[in-house]
Amino acid sequence: MKNLVGLFAGILFGAGLALSGMTGTQKVIGFLDLFGAWDITLMFVMGGGLLVSFPVYQYMKNKPRPVFDEDLHLPSKTIIDKRLIGGAILFGIGWALYGYCQGSAISSLAYGDMNSIIFVVTMTAGMLLSKLLPTADKA
Amino acid sequence: MEAYIPALEGGSLIGAAAAVLLVLLGRITGVSGVLFSTMTGLLKGDVSDNLWRILFLVGLVLGPIIVHQFGGLPIPDAPEGSITLAIVAGLLVGFGIKVGSGCTSGHGICGMARLSKCSIIATYTFMAAGFVTVFIVRHVMGA
Repeated sequence: MKNLVGLFAGILFGAGLALSGMTGTQKVIGFLDLFGAWDITLMFVMGGGLLVSFPVYQYMKNKPRPVFDEDLHLPSKTIIDKRLIGGAILFGIGWALYGYCQGSAISSLAYGDMNSIIFVVTMTAGMLLSKLLPTADKA
Repeated sequence: MEAYIPALEGGSLIGAAAAVLLVLLGRITGVSGVLFSTMTGLLKGDVSDNLWRILFLVGLVLGPIIVHQFGGLPIPDAPEGSITLAIVAGLLVGFGIKVGSGCTSGHGICGMARLSKCSIIATYTFMAAGFVTVFIVRHVMGA
């Protein structure tokens, strides 16, 4: 059942990205281009997402457990540190340079573009490379 | 306003995906977290515990195929930019997301919905970094 849920959620997510135009890099770069022909589409995508996710997340706050698992697996991190800010800055730069975040990069594999495949490979390599940094817990 | 209706609809599908994973599996819909756990799980040879994650990633690719095939939506233009740019940006995105513990969906859609201070700050930070980067690339360097 868990596996079916995973597949279903992935399809919903990928369909949402494609429907909203977010699998095209120019929509994202257009949003980030405040001083050019600003395209606010991404704001509506995020707004639409939060419209659904916000009430559900608030409702689940007081629920003891999800349907197919024992516990909620929510991040416990609450410290705003150099890693959070530095990581977000690096991500923002990469996102703006090419126009893909992780979700849209993976979804765009559907189009079979060679550069997108390379992006996904180096993105995965980047994630694994980050393991070389000492973590906050260990430091 | 009408031009933004697909964006709102698409966004709410993404929100619905986040709702489904939270209510049924108790999981955050962070694509980066799913991908990373899948990779580290597969490297350890642990497939069955990660099968739902693998299928989520498969779904991410199937979703657009369904939309373009049955919705008649045109396929977006291929990304602009060289292979080198794809490599550099890919590394930055992967590395930055992992260090900053979240991506557009994990921080932006799920973390903001939890009103997590970390996620709100992270979302503003990566957006600000994105605005500055595009400003420099397009308007200072004139690419």
